[in-house]
Amino acid sequence: MSTAVSEITHELPLDHLAGPSGGMPRPDFSIVPVRGLPIVGAVLALLVVAIAGNWLWALDLFHVAGGGLWTGIDLFVGLIVGPIIGRLSIPARVEFSTRFMPKMLLLMPTLVTVTLASGFQLALHLGNLRSSYPNHGWIIASFIVVGAMAVIAIGILEPANIAVLFELKKPHPDGELIARLMRRFIYTAGITGLMQIATLVIMSKLAVG
Amino acid sequence: MSATAVRRLPPVAEVAVATMVLVIVGGIYLASSLPKQAALGPAVGLLAASGVLLAWNVITLRRLRPFAWATFFLVARWSLVGYIVIAGMLEYVFVRDHVRGSLLAVLTLMLTVYAVNIPLLLGFSVARYQSPAGD
Repeated sequence: MSTAVSEITHELPLDHLAGPSGGMPRPDFSIVPVRGLPIVGAVLALLVVAIAGNWLWALDLFHVAGGGLWTGIDLFVGLIVGPIIGRLSIPARVEFSTRFMPKMLLLMPTLVTVTLASGFQLALHLGNLRSSYPNHGWIIASFIVVGAMAVIAIGILEPANIAVLFELKKPHPDGELIARLMRRFIYTAGITGLMQIATLVIMSKLAVG
Repeated sequence: MSATAVRRLPPVAEVAVATMVLVIVGGIYLASSLPKQAALGPAVGLLAASGVLLAWNVITLRRLRPFAWATFFLVARWSLVGYIVIAGMLEYVFVRDHVRGSLLAVLTLMLTVYAVNIPLLLGFSVARYQSPAGD
C-alpha cells in the first residue's frame, strides 16, 4: 500500500500546465453534474420513506448496499484507481479527473448519508445501541472509525477535490498546485481505504453477533 | 497565482477541521448512549468549544483583504444547500426517534455548527487559490 502511494505521489511533472503555454485541451465539464441531482433527490426521498415507515428490510438494503458501495469505492479508488492515475500521461490524467471527480462529488456524500442514516436507524430498531447489547463496544468502535473517516474525507479529501476542479476550470491551470492537491487526494483516499478495512471487520463481527 | 506564490493565510482550514472534530466527538458521545440520555455536560462543553472556534473563523475570514469572496460565496452557498439537506436528514432521524428536550437542542446546535462549518471550510479551501482580482 505504502509503495503504491509513494509511486503515485512522486513529483508530478505538471509544471508545464502553468503559464501561457498551458493551453492543453481539457474537456468542458460541470463541477456539479446537474443531471445527477434528481437521482440523489430520489434516493434521499426513498430513505426518508424507509425511515418514516420503519421498513427494516429497506433500511437494511440502504445500509448494506450503501455501505458496500462506499467501502468498495474507497478501496478501489485508493488502492487501484489512484496508482493507475499516477501512471497516466498528464493530458490523460487531467481528462480523467475532469470526468471522474465531479461524479465523486455527488456520489460519495449521498452514499455516506444513506449508509449512516439507515445504519443508525437499524441499530436503534434492533437494540444494538443499548449499552446492554453484548457487542456495544463494537458499535462504538464503528462510530469512532466513521468519525475519523468523516474528518479525513470532509476536512481534507473533499476540499482538495473541489479545489482541483476549480483549478482545472481556469484558462491556465497551475500544474504545481494541481499536483499538490491530487497528491493530498490520493493519500487521503488511501488512508480512508485502509480505515474501511476496519469497518469491514467491525461490520462482519456485528453481523454474526 | 502560482501555488508557490500563494500568500500566507490564517489557519482557517485547520481551525475548521478542529471544529469538525469537536462536533463529531460530541455527536459520537451522545449517539453512543441513545436511546437513553448521556450526561450533557461534556457534550455542551464540546459544543461551546466548537462554537468558539467557528466564531473565530468567521471573524478571521471577515478581516481577510483581499480575498476571492465571489468564489468563496459560490462554493459556500451551494455547499450550504447540500449540508442543510444532510443535517436535515439527521435532525429528522433524531426527531423521528423521539429525541426531545435538552438532548435534541444540543444535537440540533451541533448539526448547525456542522452545517455552517463545512461550507466555510470548502469555500475557503477553493477561494484561497483564486485570484481576488478575478472576482
